Amino acid sequence: MPLSVLAVDDSRTMREMLRLALTDAGFDVSLADDGEHGLEVLQGVTPNVIITDINMPVMDGFGFIEGVRRSTEHRVTPILVLTTESATDLKMRAKNAGATGWIVKPFDKDKLIDAIKRVAA
Amino acid sequence: MDSMADIKQTFFQECDDLLGELESGLLDMESGEGDSETVAAIFRAVHSIKGGAGAFGLDKLVAFAHIFETTLDEVRADRLEATPDVLSVLLRSSDVLADLVGAAQKDEELGEERTAGLVGELSAFVGASADASEEPAAVGEDIAFAPLGMDFDLDDAIGDLDGPEDTQCYTIKFRPQPELYANGNETVLLMRNLADLGEMQVACDESKIPTLDELDPEGAYLAWTITMHTSHSESELLEVFEFVEGDCELEISLDEAPSDTTESDLVDNEATPTGEEVATTDVEGASASAEDEVANKDNVVQLAEQKDKQKPAAAAKASTEKDTSDATIRVNLGRIDRLVNLVGELVINQAMLTQGVIDAGLERGDSVESGLEELKQLTREIQESVMAIRAQPVKALFQRMSRIVREAARATKKSVHLVMEGEMTEVDKTVVERLADPLTHMIRNAVDHGLETAEERIANGKPAEGTVSLTAAHRSGRVVIEVSDDGAGINRERVKKIALEKGLISPDEQLSDSEVDNLLFMPGFSTVDKVSNLSGRGVGMDVVKRAIQAVGGKISISSKPGKGSTFSISLPLTLAILDGMVVEVADQTLVVPLTAIVETLKPTPSDIHELGAGAKVISIRGEFIPVIDAGRSMGYRNEPVDPLHGVVLSVETEDGARAAVIVDTIQDQRQVVIKSLEENFGHVASVAAATILGDGRIALILDVDSIIAREGSARLFHETNLAATG
Amino acid sequence: MSDTEIKKSEDALELVAFCVGDQEYCVNIMSVREIRGWTKETSLPLTPPFVRGVINLRGSVVPVVDLASRLGLETTEPSARHVIIIMQIGEQAVGLVVDAVSDILTILTEKIQPTPDVSSDAARDFVQGVLAMEERMINLLDLSTVLPAVSAEGIAA
Repeated sequence: MPLSVLAVDDSRTMREMLRLALTDAGFDVSLADDGEHGLEVLQGVTPNVIITDINMPVMDGFGFIEGVRRSTEHRVTPILVLTTESATDLKMRAKNAGATGWIVKPFDKDKLIDAIKRVAA
Repeated sequence: MDSMADIKQTFFQECDDLLGELESGLLDMESGEGDSETVAAIFRAVHSIKGGAGAFGLDKLVAFAHIFETTLDEVRADRLEATPDVLSVLLRSSDVLADLVGAAQKDEELGEERTAGLVGELSAFVGASADASEEPAAVGEDIAFAPLGMDFDLDDAIGDLDGPEDTQCYTIKFRPQPELYANGNETVLLMRNLADLGEMQVACDESKIPTLDELDPEGAYLAWTITMHTSHSESELLEVFEFVEGDCELEISLDEAPSDTTESDLVDNEATPTGEEVATTDVEGASASAEDEVANKDNVVQLAEQKDKQKPAAAAKASTEKDTSDATIRVNLGRIDRLVNLVGELVINQAMLTQGVIDAGLERGDSVESGLEELKQLTREIQESVMAIRAQPVKALFQRMSRIVREAARATKKSVHLVMEGEMTEVDKTVVERLADPLTHMIRNAVDHGLETAEERIANGKPAEGTVSLTAAHRSGRVVIEVSDDGAGINRERVKKIALEKGLISPDEQLSDSEVDNLLFMPGFSTVDKVSNLSGRGVGMDVVKRAIQAVGGKISISSKPGKGSTFSISLPLTLAILDGMVVEVADQTLVVPLTAIVETLKPTPSDIHELGAGAKVISIRGEFIPVIDAGRSMGYRNEPVDPLHGVVLSVETEDGARAAVIVDTIQDQRQVVIKSLEENFGHVASVAAATILGDGRIALILDVDSIIAREGSARLFHETNLAATG
Repeated sequence: MSDTEIKKSEDALELVAFCVGDQEYCVNIMSVREIRGWTKETSLPLTPPFVRGVINLRGSVVPVVDLASRLGLETTEPSARHVIIIMQIGEQAVGLVVDAVSDILTILTEKIQPTPDVSSDAARDFVQGVLAMEERMINLLDLSTVLPAVSAEGIAA
């Protein structure tokens, strides 16, 4: 069975890119526009890995990660945060919220896949 | 299905949305309506544009977006106050950003001069605030942001690095803390990733496992010692643990004398307290480099903090139930258009069915009839709902105009305040799109020619800053958009002089004020040689008028000397449906748009008056209106019918010209689906479009304005009427 | 000659032939969208006489041209036995009123001869070439000129 990934990003472009890269790599992909939407989607799917942006409207990445960690079903699902290289403090905040790891933007496909495989059981 | 090229398209579409949000956010801030969420949204918009641009290697866009974003970050962090000066720079930056996006889309380069000045201004803000700031580090670091194109075909360079020349032996001590597992990391995966880097032997330390009654199921009690033979460097080994920094104790030490490691060695190593010869790797975040988890108090504190954060926080925010009231989906426009067409067919079909039932001679009150009536009602509702899907608020269009005002103000060195009203008024998408050009022109005109210079304004007792207002409102089934300025009004003497020079009027022609104003819309009237390069009042106003007419709209003008001018555009809500009166003329069925009809009447002999050779006028409540025989005007017959034998439709054009159109009989009043004649044929004089009747035959929709204009006699009666309505 | 043989050839053309008065014309079958019986058109004001009007073709408004009149022949008084050939000319659909469809032909392109030099304007403007079929001469219609004045600009009177 292919690994499934939920990608949460408010940018349509970024979502499409993630979708293209991930489906090319053979993953099952679900997408969500923001944290709140992501939590909604999670009520219906059980991804192996979650990828999320931080800076999003409605509910940002921190709120989303905390929400995921509070749920019984996705409590230990690996969550990768999309971040820019320089945002060291964001990485730490994301970790404190419960993030598993991060992907540095702009990412290339291999790094993305690599990061997912690092955390996916 | 998707390719990077498609995604690039998506990116540019998204940029349009983001630029709109950016501009509207900045305008909200300018008008004092912005709050911290506005700033956050603005920042996000620029950030997203930068992110996407980076992925496509649009370096110039990235570079500018980056400086822009950096400045916005200062505003977001309250290190830079959003003063009018700052906002002005930010607004201009948003314009330039839009231009850069546009240039990137067309694969063009924007001249350096467009960005250079702003880059300086933006950087100055950052510099100034950074001096005063306690924490400029983040900004400084961020400036080094290097765009990196996304190339999906690139082989992973790191993965290919093999061929060990120098194998070294490392000892890795790894003790996970509960957070590591809580955050979704797994020791087994870390081991697996580590195993990719070389040969390793693993020993597990189970000594910390408590008795069962003390065991926390979420606790972390195991530790591992790994001995590795690898050609990879220590930092590469560390990379494996990148995500778990701070969530574990980790020591990586290089064994001085690589040897065949044995199980006992490992146990020895584990047993030995961390010795001086072991290089302790201090990972980022410092606290994780604790040498002994039991002894290290900091670590315990940190652990406690994190637990606090994770558990009780759970109950606090239960706001996951999303309000779906304004949830939206994106639908391909082609699908909606198909739906619109199908509904159009449905309307025609329903009309044909009704006709068939009537022809079949069913009795009144038959259940078929009531069923048909319900079908008709439903059809109409479906139609309205479908049209509502295509409707869009004019907000985005208006926002584009705010930029036009800014640019025009800068070019003319005038200070202009734009007032917008009714931005949420909805109009058919196509109408909105086709309004952009004419509206742009009108706005430029208003700033360039409508408004006086500051000196003139002050001399005339007006505030130095001119006001241009842009409003939209629904008015009796149409949308009215008005562009007004509080300038000097139209210089009618000059307009007349120009019209005379151009041979548009004759010297002895007596024109009302409105008629003079309307000369601006005449083809060939152009004051281009007299005005600045930005625009010319009258330059292309005939083009503006035609563009408005092409979407079924009408434009009119009113002006008061010293007070300003108002251009008013009246538009249909949709381009697909029209309320019409079905009439019979010389055995032909025609549809007259209901919006043009003022009233219908059966004239009496005393109402009709002869005027000169063959021309007739009709008196309606004391007003004399020229009579136009629709049949003759359309070329269906050579001799006009006697008005007394027909029905008079009193019609009015948008600019106030009136006429009495004679038709033979009135059949019905109903909604008709507009069908283009242009698609397979071309424009036909006096005909606005066609429609399909209940019997499947085509009926032409009359273009009232063009009939009156062609008749030419309208002008004579124009004036009185305008005076009354104006 | 064998039909199958011609059909295999890349230089073969399939043509629809029809009668206009006592002349015979043909067009490439690829340009023909459909052939239907004549129905009364809705006349268009202020258009040239050869434009009979418009008909409803499944929801589209399609102009109908009296081909005889367009060719300078006697104006057709259409009746139920006349047919309208719906042609696709570029982006536009246009109906041609003709007396009757007479034949479907498959010919080799090389069989098309240049239009003989005659004084008729109609022949020069509307006939691309001629071909001989047994006793008959069939004119290959130049569709691009059938609706000359009809462009986006219209035929404003």
